[in-house]
Amino acid sequence: MAVVVRIPTPLRSVTKGAAEVQAAGDTVDDVIQDLERQYPGLKERLVEDGGQIRRFINIYVNQEDIRFLEGAKTTIKQGDEVSIVPAIAGGR
Amino acid sequence: MDRLKGLKCRECGRYYPSSPAHVCEFCFGPLEVDYDYEVIRAQVSRARIEAGPKSIWRYADLLPVELGPDGEPHVGSAVGFTPLIRARNLGDELGVKELWVKNDSVCHPTWSFKDRVVAVAIGKAKEFGFDTVACASTGNLANSVAAHAAEARLKSYIFIPADLERGKVTATLVYAPTLIEVQGTYDEVNRLCAEVGDKYRWAFVNINIRPYYAEGSKTYGYEIAEQLGWRAPAHVVVPCAGGSLITKIWKAFKEMRMLGLIPEGKTSMYAAQAEGCGPIVTMIKKDTDVLTPVRPQTIAKSLAIGNPADGYYAYRVAKDSGGFGEHTSDEEIIEGMRLLARTEGIFTETAGGVTVAATKKLIEAGRIPRNESVVICITGNGLKTPDVLYDRLSSDVTIRPSLSAFDKALADLKSKTGA
Repeated sequence: MAVVVRIPTPLRSVTKGAAEVQAAGDTVDDVIQDLERQYPGLKERLVEDGGQIRRFINIYVNQEDIRFLEGAKTTIKQGDEVSIVPAIAGGR
Repeated sequence: MDRLKGLKCRECGRYYPSSPAHVCEFCFGPLEVDYDYEVIRAQVSRARIEAGPKSIWRYADLLPVELGPDGEPHVGSAVGFTPLIRARNLGDELGVKELWVKNDSVCHPTWSFKDRVVAVAIGKAKEFGFDTVACASTGNLANSVAAHAAEARLKSYIFIPADLERGKVTATLVYAPTLIEVQGTYDEVNRLCAEVGDKYRWAFVNINIRPYYAEGSKTYGYEIAEQLGWRAPAHVVVPCAGGSLITKIWKAFKEMRMLGLIPEGKTSMYAAQAEGCGPIVTMIKKDTDVLTPVRPQTIAKSLAIGNPADGYYAYRVAKDSGGFGEHTSDEEIIEGMRLLARTEGIFTETAGGVTVAATKKLIEAGRIPRNESVVICITGNGLKTPDVLYDRLSSDVTIRPSLSAFDKALADLKSKTGA
């Protein structure tokens, strides 16, 4: 499934400056693999060695935090929007 | 010599120049202001602080924003230095010997501790040359950013969840900001703002100005220690939303010890949250450093952050300091508000009810000992959230303006209460 992935500023050095990129996959995991194939080095910025998504990264599918869905196994449909957002923000 | 070295990633330790940035480009960890404490040590002293203004600016040596050549701050010259009250009545009620209330419900100018962080953040935004400031808020921050932006003559964009208490909405709109009500939870507002902040070159006080903004909270801790006669208390109970305040009060005491402003000692920090939104306290109770976000459902809207940015660090502070955390139900929150009002004459908002109620439970459970100094952090004003009390409070008597009517009403009241 092809989706749009929104890339936050700190990762745009890896995506050659692109704020939005296309990626494909049936799950969030697949999408990350596809991003890594297109932009080598991106995956290690998002995922820890053990495979879990880094503490300071939040990923949203259609505005929903994937921790409320099925985490990295969350399924992706054609036309979904995936946002990668740094976790550090906010405070009342 | 400059006391500000720049920014430093709290996780991987990478350095960055002073700039409106909040996230490490490499590991996404939070950036923190990096001070040269040797420079500060050479300047700061109890006497110098005591000779300063009765505001947060008496601690200017320890803050990441510069004063003007006239010694005045960019904005917020009267923020802070709120009362620390020896709460004897509440102490008797809770059965503790030495209880204090740090009362930021009367912080100038918008009646919450947020004035501390905003005065620093907007000062910094001016230093960086921004013409527009912005924030995501559950209300108190909205009030404060709108007020200080007005004073600073900056444009402001304020993003809030659309279901906020009307009192907080009005107390924002009066300063004439651009207010954007977002149909969603605070966490959704916050995520939107992270993306808006990436696109527009504005000073989002709690996003790209966050490292500076958050440092303003340290003044709450400095004041507690100074007002206690230059000592830190043994226990501090702090309401937690994003989790930043508890970490910064802790940092304030650590800095003061390091700089020799207060004696060495130990302060245990306790997190107070609502049952309907308590992800930090859940981490503390389960002793896990993995935060599970929640969908908030509580009357304590100013604490309704289900995905707190500093949740991990708040958990660490409670754990490393030997403190703990407690959840409170909506009913306990109301009781907490009424208890503080009834015993000390202080009307706090729902978040303060959370803190009072959590303190009561922590004492009853033996988590906080009864014979050591305890400080309760009251961070907001009850007049902003009276809605929750409307159905619970009503006047006792309505009468015609005649003495006989009053005599009868008084007799009825006395027979009812058996007084």
